[in-house]
Amino acid sequence: MSASLDAAPPETLSALPAVEPEEAPARPPWLKRARDPLLALIFPALVLLFWHFATTGRPYSLIPPPLDVARALYDLAFGGINDDAYSRTLLVHLSASLSRVYGGFAIAAAVALPLGLMIGRIPLVRRLFDPTLQVLRPIPVTAWLPLSMIIFGLGPRSAFFLVCLGAFYPILINTIFGVRSVDPRLFEAASMLGCQGTAQFYKVVLPASLPAIFTGLRLGLGFAWVVIVVGEMTGVPTGLGAIIMEARQLSRTEIVICGMAVIGIAGFISDRVVLLIGHRLLRWSPNFA
Amino acid sequence: MLKAADPILVLRGVSKQFALQGRRIDALRDAHLRVRKGEFVCLLGASGCGKSTLLRIVAGFETPTRGQALMWSTPIAGPGPERGMVFQDYALFPWLTVRGNIGFGPLARGRPAGEVKDTVERFIALVGLQRFADAYPHQLSGGMKQRVAIARVLANDAELLLMDEPFGALDAMTRERLQDELLDIWQRTGLTVLFVTHSIEEAVFLADRIVVMSPGPGRIESEVTVPLPRPRSVVAPEFNELRRELSQQLHSHHARKAA
Ligand SMILES: Nc1ncnc2c1ncn2[C@@H]1O[C@H](COP(=O)(O)OP(=O)(O)OP(=O)(O)O)[C@@H](O)[C@H]1O
Ligand SMILES: [Mg+2]
Repeated sequence: MSASLDAAPPETLSALPAVEPEEAPARPPWLKRARDPLLALIFPALVLLFWHFATTGRPYSLIPPPLDVARALYDLAFGGINDDAYSRTLLVHLSASLSRVYGGFAIAAAVALPLGLMIGRIPLVRRLFDPTLQVLRPIPVTAWLPLSMIIFGLGPRSAFFLVCLGAFYPILINTIFGVRSVDPRLFEAASMLGCQGTAQFYKVVLPASLPAIFTGLRLGLGFAWVVIVVGEMTGVPTGLGAIIMEARQLSRTEIVICGMAVIGIAGFISDRVVLLIGHRLLRWSPNFA
Repeated sequence: MLKAADPILVLRGVSKQFALQGRRIDALRDAHLRVRKGEFVCLLGASGCGKSTLLRIVAGFETPTRGQALMWSTPIAGPGPERGMVFQDYALFPWLTVRGNIGFGPLARGRPAGEVKDTVERFIALVGLQRFADAYPHQLSGGMKQRVAIARVLANDAELLLMDEPFGALDAMTRERLQDELLDIWQRTGLTVLFVTHSIEEAVFLADRIVVMSPGPGRIESEVTVPLPRPRSVVAPEFNELRRELSQQLHSHHARKAA
C-alpha cells in the first residue's frame, strides 16, 4: 500500500490530501471526528484523577476534591444543594463578566483599531503617539488597579477600564504591525492598475492587514478574559472575578475553583467563536484557511 | 498628432543614481532606447546592470535622476494602467480570487460592474484559467499565478507590457509553456513587450530585438536584432549561432570591465 502511494506523482498526492490508502482498515467516520476531542480530554482526565485521589477522604486538605467542586458548580448554576448566598447566582455573575469583557473589548477595539491604522500609515501620528504608548505598554494591568480606582471610583467603571486596557495593546500592536508590513509591491501593483491615493487604503492596506488585525482582536479578547479577575477586584459586587475574590476571603475554595473553571470555559468558547468567524472572513489567507 | 511611425516608448539619456549608505550607486547611466508599437524587446544582462531599474522607470515606480522617459511622446509621471508590470514574484492580491485580481484594475478605474464581469471572463479564458477562476493565489501554482498577473494587466488595457524576469522562478517546462503562451498572446493582441531576462536563450527565443546591458555603471551596451522567423526552434543552427554571439558579447563586456 505504501509502495503504491510512493509511486504516485507528487501533484496527485498534494491535490488529494484527504484520501486514505484504500487498504486502511475502515474506521467509522464518527470515530475519526471524535479522535481529536478524545485525545484532548486525556490530560484533563488524568489531572482530575490525580486531584481526586490526592484530596478525597482527607478532611484537612485545603483543596476540595473534584466532586465537591462539581457539586458546588451545580449549586452555583441551579441551586437546590447548599441554598446559601452563592446558590443559583452563576448566571448573574457570568453575564456581569461577559458584559465587562465584551464591553471593555469593544471600547478597546474602537480606540486601538483607528489609532493603530493611523500610527501605521501616518508618520506624524506615529511620532506623536508611538513613543508614549511604548513606554506605557510594559506597565501591567494590575499596576493600574489603584490609580484606576482613584480615577474611576470603586465599581464597574474601573473594571471596564482595566479590561479595556488589557485588550488594548494586543489590538494596537498587531494593527500597527499589519498595516506596516503590507508588501510594498502590492502598492505598486495597485497604482499601476489605476488605484491610487486614499483608495489604496481601502483596497490594499485594509484587506492586506486584516489577518494581523484579526490576530490582534483575538489576542485582545483573550487578554480581556485574563484580566477580568483583576478588573473585578475593584469592589464590584457581581462578576466571576468578584466571586473568586470574595470566596477566597470566606475560604470557599470550591467556589474559587468554580469561578476559575467558568472563566476558562467561557474564554475558550468565545475564542472558538472568534476563530470560526476568522476562518469565514479570511479564507484567502494561508494562515487561516 | 500621433503618427504610425512614432515610437511608443522613448528613453533619452536616462540615468538613475541611488544613495546607498552614503555612497552613490550608478544603477543606470545615460540609457537611450526607442521601442516601436508591437515590438517585443528583451533587456539582457548580468545581475546588477540596471535592467529592473530601467523597467521600473518606464513603469513610473522610479523617477530618473537625469534624462527623460516618454510614452507616446508624453513624459512618464508615475504608474498608469497603459503600462502594466508583471513582477517576478507575481504581487497578486492574496485576498482576491483569480476573478477578483483580474477585475481589480477595471473596478478601480470605475468601469460598470457588468462590463468588468465580461472583461474578467474574457481574460480568464485568454490565459486558460477557467477552472481556477474562484481560487485564491495561495491555491495556485507559480505558472498559474504568473498567468493571472499577465491577465490582470491586459484586462486593464495595458498597451505596454513590462515583464521583470517573469518566468525566473518557474521550472523549465512551465517556463517554456508560458513563453509560448506569451508569444501567442502578443501576436494576437498587438501588444508591445519590454521583457527583462538574464537568460540568453530566453531572449533569443522571444525577442524582435535584444538590448544588451552591462553593469558597473549599469548601461546599454549594444542592440541586436533577431532576424529568425517565428515559431523559433531552439535547436536550429541559426538560433545557436546567435546565442553564441550574444554570449561572447556579454563576456567581452565583462572582460573589458575586469581589465
Ligand atoms: N532602491 C535601491 N536603492 C539602492 N540601490 C539600488 C536600488 N535599486 C537598485 N539599486 C542598485 O542599482 C543597481 C542595479 O540594480 P537593478 O535591480 O536594476 O539590477 P538588475 O539588472 O535588475 O539585476 P538582477 O538581474 O539581479 O535583477 C544595483 O547595484 C542595485 O544595488
Ligand atoms: Mg532585476
